[in-house]
Amino acid sequence: MAIEIEGKSLETDEEGYLVNLKDWVPAVADAMAKEDDLELTEEHWEIINFLREYYEEYQIAPAVRVLTKAVGKRMGKDKGNSKYLYALFPYGPGKQACRFAGLPKPTGCI
Amino acid sequence: MAEEIKNFLYLNRRAPYGTIYAWESLEVVLIGAAFDQKVSLAFLDDGVFQIVKGQDTTGVDMKNFSPTYAALGDYDVNQLYVERESLEERGLTVDDLMHLTWEDEDEDWAEKDSIRVVSRAELAKIIEQQDVVFSF
Amino acid sequence: MSELHTVNKSPFEKSSFDSCVEHVLEGSAVLLYEDGVYAAIRGTAAEGKVKSAQGVKFYALGPDLKARGLSGERVTDGVEIVDYAGFVDLAAEYDKVVAWV
Repeated sequence: MAIEIEGKSLETDEEGYLVNLKDWVPAVADAMAKEDDLELTEEHWEIINFLREYYEEYQIAPAVRVLTKAVGKRMGKDKGNSKYLYALFPYGPGKQACRFAGLPKPTGCI
Repeated sequence: MAEEIKNFLYLNRRAPYGTIYAWESLEVVLIGAAFDQKVSLAFLDDGVFQIVKGQDTTGVDMKNFSPTYAALGDYDVNQLYVERESLEERGLTVDDLMHLTWEDEDEDWAEKDSIRVVSRAELAKIIEQQDVVFSF
Repeated sequence: MSELHTVNKSPFEKSSFDSCVEHVLEGSAVLLYEDGVYAAIRGTAAEGKVKSAQGVKFYALGPDLKARGLSGERVTDGVEIVDYAGFVDLAAEYDKVVAWV
């Protein structure tokens, strides 16, 4: 599979995750969101950027439980909860947000 | 019937890049941590090389997964036992290891050490106390 | 809790057997199988370690000994030879299995 971004075809796996992390540009997230009928807001980007930083530091995409806790620590309890994160990413803040962020499927998501 | 919380110990006895065992172990630990069990890790024999600091794989075209050990605390894996004799046999001290910590949410995210250096005899007792032991 | 420790690597190639016997507590058992059965042989560097492990019962898997041309007479005194069913019984008898792979 592949996704067309800015005239380039980027390889994705069977679940739609980017195969090469380095291919990612912000337009990837916008395009993937559009396919999921989502419009990315500042709140979405806050989580997407957080995930990319997490990956940069630890070399893994965090499980949703870990993401929730880490967001809570960084941005406060009103954002570090499942309700807030699922409202932003209805297909799952782990799976969907990681995909938008160009990361692999979270380690620990079954 | 309430689910019983069990003690799981992962025995890590192999160096990180020569075989896939170390990375596989880490992945299994992270996946297993999704279940509510008490998980701890032991590093002994060549396994102590997994958590040596300063790893840089840029010259060997392999993923450097050593930063991932620092995420274990986020996954509620806070007990990392390192065998003293294994360190000594390899000319290592605890200062050669990464400083791995976890943050205690109940104490306003106070940072605490995850690594505990134990003797071989202590590790034998730790193994005995587990419900399940996984070997890598 | 009592443990059944298993070793499936040759004591001459890997440290699995040595590590195992250094972490075995009294009341536990060690089962040697695959290349681990070489540690059960009399006259080897492993024999002393088998004999000096206090209160530890040693077993060796018969089919693996036979496959390697090792008859029962060559096995260190005190090491009991078991078949596959015996292996299963041991695994059930002890509280948990600790594999030294």
